[in-house]
Amino acid sequence: MSYLLTEEQKMIRDLARQIADEKIRPVAAEYDEKEEFPWPILKVIAESDLAGIYIEEAYGGMGGGVTELCIATEEFSKACGGIAVSYAASALGAYPIILYGSEDQKKKYLPDIAKGKKLAAFGLTEAGAGSDAGAVSTTAKKDGDYYILDGVKQWITNGGEAETYTVIAMTDKTKGSRGASAFIVEKGTPGFEFGKKEKKLGIRSSATRELIFTNCKIPKENLLGKEGLGFIVAMKTFDKSRPGIGAQAVGIAQGALDHALKYAKERVQFGKPISSFQGMQFMLADMGTQVEAARALVYLAAGLIDSGAKDISKLSAMSKLFASDVAMKVTTDAVQVFGGYGYMRDYPVEKYMRDAKITQIYEGTNQIQRSIIAVEMIKEMLRK
Amino acid sequence: MNIIVCIKQVPDTANIEIDPQTNTLIREGVESIINPFDMYAIEEAVRTKEKLNGNVIAVTMGPPQAEIALREAISMGVDEAVLVSDRAFAGSDTWATSYTLACAIRKIGKFDIIFCGKQAADGDTAQVGPGISMHLDIPQVTYVKKIEEVTADRARVERMTEEGYEIIEAPLPVLFTVVKEINEPRIPSLKGKMKAKSAQIKALTAKDLDADEKLLGLNGSPTQVVKIFTPPPREGGEMLTGSTEEIVDKLVKVLKDECKSKI
Repeated sequence: MSYLLTEEQKMIRDLARQIADEKIRPVAAEYDEKEEFPWPILKVIAESDLAGIYIEEAYGGMGGGVTELCIATEEFSKACGGIAVSYAASALGAYPIILYGSEDQKKKYLPDIAKGKKLAAFGLTEAGAGSDAGAVSTTAKKDGDYYILDGVKQWITNGGEAETYTVIAMTDKTKGSRGASAFIVEKGTPGFEFGKKEKKLGIRSSATRELIFTNCKIPKENLLGKEGLGFIVAMKTFDKSRPGIGAQAVGIAQGALDHALKYAKERVQFGKPISSFQGMQFMLADMGTQVEAARALVYLAAGLIDSGAKDISKLSAMSKLFASDVAMKVTTDAVQVFGGYGYMRDYPVEKYMRDAKITQIYEGTNQIQRSIIAVEMIKEMLRK
Repeated sequence: MNIIVCIKQVPDTANIEIDPQTNTLIREGVESIINPFDMYAIEEAVRTKEKLNGNVIAVTMGPPQAEIALREAISMGVDEAVLVSDRAFAGSDTWATSYTLACAIRKIGKFDIIFCGKQAADGDTAQVGPGISMHLDIPQVTYVKKIEEVTADRARVERMTEEGYEIIEAPLPVLFTVVKEINEPRIPSLKGKMKAKSAQIKALTAKDLDADEKLLGLNGSPTQVVKIFTPPPREGGEMLTGSTEEIVDKLVKVLKDECKSKI
C-alpha cells in the first residue's frame, strides 16, 4: 500500500521502519518485562531527526504534519506500542504550544522538543476528572506576575521523564469549563513533584506518573493563549493527536498480524500448515481487511488535518475509535491463531494484546469518541 | 582533517547461494548492500570528522549501480562521494583494484586518513586496504579496534590481534582498516537521507586517473584463478589411546614415520 506518500514521507517510513526493526524489536520484550523507560531508543530517534517531524522548520523541526507523525508512530508501534507512545506522547505535550503558544513560547520550548533533547507531556486527567474533563480540580491562582498551581494530575504519560509539561488548571472555578486555562510548567519548578510510576497492563515501557503541584509558582508568561481557553486548548490538541493514537493502534494490529501470519504458515497440525485451513484463512483475511480499513481512515483523517480543514473533530475521533477497536480485535485474534503458545510470554503476541487495550481508553475513551462523532454528525445535519 | 573512506557494494550475504556447477556466487536477484565491515569504516570516518572537523569523501570502485552505496554513505554523514567506474576496470583483482583506487585517491587530492573495512564480505581477501596504502606509499594499520588520539600530524590506535591488542602510533597520512569492535554504525538521519537523494556523485573513469593503462582491469591483474572448488570437509584426526607412556610411544612412532614419508 502506498497512500501516495511523498518522497520525504517514504524516507520517514523507511527510516522509522529501520529503527523499529534494528533498535526496537530486539529489545521490546525486555523493556516490557523490566518496565524501563526507553531512553536509548528515544536518543536514536532524536539523532535520526524524527523527534520533530511534525514541528515547523522555524522552530527546529522538519516541517511535517500529523501525517508524518502518524507514519513514524505506526512503524514504531509495529515493533512496540509502549516505546512508540513515549515518542508520540511528546507530540501530545507539544501540540498545545504549537497551536496556542506565543512566538516567544514557541521559540523557547519547541526547538528542544523538535531536536529530541527534551520530551514533552500533557496533563489533563485527574482522579475525579477523566471523561468528565470539566471536573478538573487543580487550580491556578493569579498572584501578581505569577500563577500558583495546586492539585494532582493522574496517569500522565511521560510524567517524570519529560522536561516540558502542558497542564490544564482552573483559573476561575465559578465559570465551570470556561474557567480552565492551559499552562506550560517546566520540570524542576519548586512545588512540582511526581508520584510513583504506575504498574500497567500494557505499554509497560512507557512512564505513567502523577504530577503533584503544591503551591507551585510559575511565571504568568507560561499561560497558553488566554485565561479561560484551557478546554479549547485541550480539545483542539486532541483533534490533532487522535489520529496518532489511531496510527499507534494500526501499528500494534499490523505487528500482531505479521506474527500471526508467519506462525500460521509454520505451525503444522493434522499434517498441514494451519494456514491451509479455511477457518484460519477467514480469520486472517478479516484481520488483514480490518487493519487496512483502519489505516485508510487514520491517513484520511491525518491528511484532512494537514490540509488545513477546520472541521476535523469527527474524522479525528472516528480514526481513533475505529483503529483502536480494530487493534483490540486483531491482537486478540492473533493470540487465538497462536493457540496456547499465544498465551505464553515467551511468544510475542500476548504483549500486542496487552498494549492494544490502552488505545481504546486514553486520549478519550471510545465511548467519548462516539459522543463526539454523534454530536458532530447532528451539527452537520442541522447546518444543511 | 581530510578523510577518505573506501567502500564496496557487495551481495547481501545474509541470503547468498553458491552455484554448485561453477562454485561462484549467484548474484542474480540478490540485494546489494554496503559491505558490512565498511559500515564501521564509514561510522569511524564520520565520528573522526565530528570530533576534529573536516571533510569525509567516500570512494567506491564498481558498476554504475554502486552509486546507491555511496548515497547511503552520505545519509550517514559522509560529505562527498566519488564513483570510480569504467569498463576498463572489469576483471580487476585485488592488486589492480587497489592500484586503481590509489590513483583515484591521488586525483581527489589531499588527505590525512583513509578508512577501509577490514575485508569485503564477498571476496574476503582483506588485501585492498593494505594494497592502497602500498600504492600510495603511506603507512597502514590493519584491524584497528579503537582510535585513541588523532593530532594534526599523528594518530595513535589500538590494533586487534588474536592475543589482545597493540597500540600503534603512525604519522599522517595513514590508512586504517577497521574491525567491527570499533563502533556501532549509526542509523541515517532524515536530513542525511534528504541530502543523499539530491547529492552530486562525482564520477571518475580510467582516462581521469592518470593511471598506467597496462595496470588496470584484467590486464593489470597478476592473480590467475586456476580453479574454484569447495574444500572437502575436514576428516577426524587419529585418536591415540592407552596409558600415558603408551600414547607417548605411539605418538613418537607416528611422528617419525610421518616425517620419513614426507622426506
